[in-house]
Amino acid sequence: MVDRRESVDRVVTGAHYGLRDWIVQRVTAVIMTIYIVLLTGYVLLHPNMGYADWDALFSHSIVRAFTLVFLLAMYYHAWIGVREIVMDYVKSAPLRLSIYVLVIVSLVLYVIWAVQILWGV
Amino acid sequence: MKFKIYRYNPETDEQPRMQDYDLDIVAGEKMLLDALLLIKEQDDSLSLRKSCREGVCGSDAMNINGRNGLACVTQLSSLKEPITLRPLPGLPVIRDLVVDMTQFFKQYNSVKPYLVNNDPPPETERLQSPAQRAELDGLYECILCGCCTTACPSFWWNPDKFVGPAGLLQAYRFIADSRDQVTSERLDNLEDPYRLFRCHTIMNCVDVCPKELNPTEAIGKIKYMMMKRTV
Repeated sequence: MVDRRESVDRVVTGAHYGLRDWIVQRVTAVIMTIYIVLLTGYVLLHPNMGYADWDALFSHSIVRAFTLVFLLAMYYHAWIGVREIVMDYVKSAPLRLSIYVLVIVSLVLYVIWAVQILWGV
Repeated sequence: MKFKIYRYNPETDEQPRMQDYDLDIVAGEKMLLDALLLIKEQDDSLSLRKSCREGVCGSDAMNINGRNGLACVTQLSSLKEPITLRPLPGLPVIRDLVVDMTQFFKQYNSVKPYLVNNDPPPETERLQSPAQRAELDGLYECILCGCCTTACPSFWWNPDKFVGPAGLLQAYRFIADSRDQVTSERLDNLEDPYRLFRCHTIMNCVDVCPKELNPTEAIGKIKYMMMKRTV
């Protein structure tokens, strides 16, 4: 008789993805770097910025659009990074999937929130 | 010279322990393996693997003062006392400094580490230009000692799924070989979030390799080739 209480964990690999995420991780990093350098440069060149100055800066559609691109890049970057960590440390597949769903839902909510903030002021 | 050596017999011991040894020798030109063999003369219950004594066979890989390396090519004089020796991390211990390398070789075998060429064998040999042959430098020298793979945190977390630096270096060795005909299948075999993309360029592998090879660079080249065939 086979003792079925002993669990048999079959190791499966071969999902055939990963390359796109690896490329996206790098591309989003470049986008974030450009944005951070430009914004930091702007702030350094304009000391003593008040609310009115920020408001004026973000009234330009291009600033809003680029900020949104930066945030989208960051969220995508964060998604890949968080998933990598979860893949390493969370061994149970159902738990892993639940965490993925939770992370994706929060990031989608962040996108909606970001749009609301950027076009709300 | 003072030594602290990991002792464990899974069949009889409940817990591993660190045993102290004292050797009355001068380091001089001696290698760590020489000292270990002298210790074994004192206490023949100590288990370790060794064979060629000159860094070619890769049998005596172990964790030396917290860093993986080959005992036979590690100068005693370069080590701080007490010299702490443990088995390679991340693999099951069979006895003392001897580990079970099954998982390591399973991953190695999974990359088909042999030339695949379906043409009829030529009269003499399959010729390569000097440039094609040069592609294999830094890849063919691997002795499969396991220092790199067992120093890799990604391998510690997923030894059953991540091929590991040694296996991936060998995978690239055959991808880079002009005589091999199944490059695309080899890339298909590796295009996986676990098998290849668990590598997060931590570079412990490069740091510890006793043959001074660069698995991280080889892994980067595999990723580059994948990107090239995609875009």
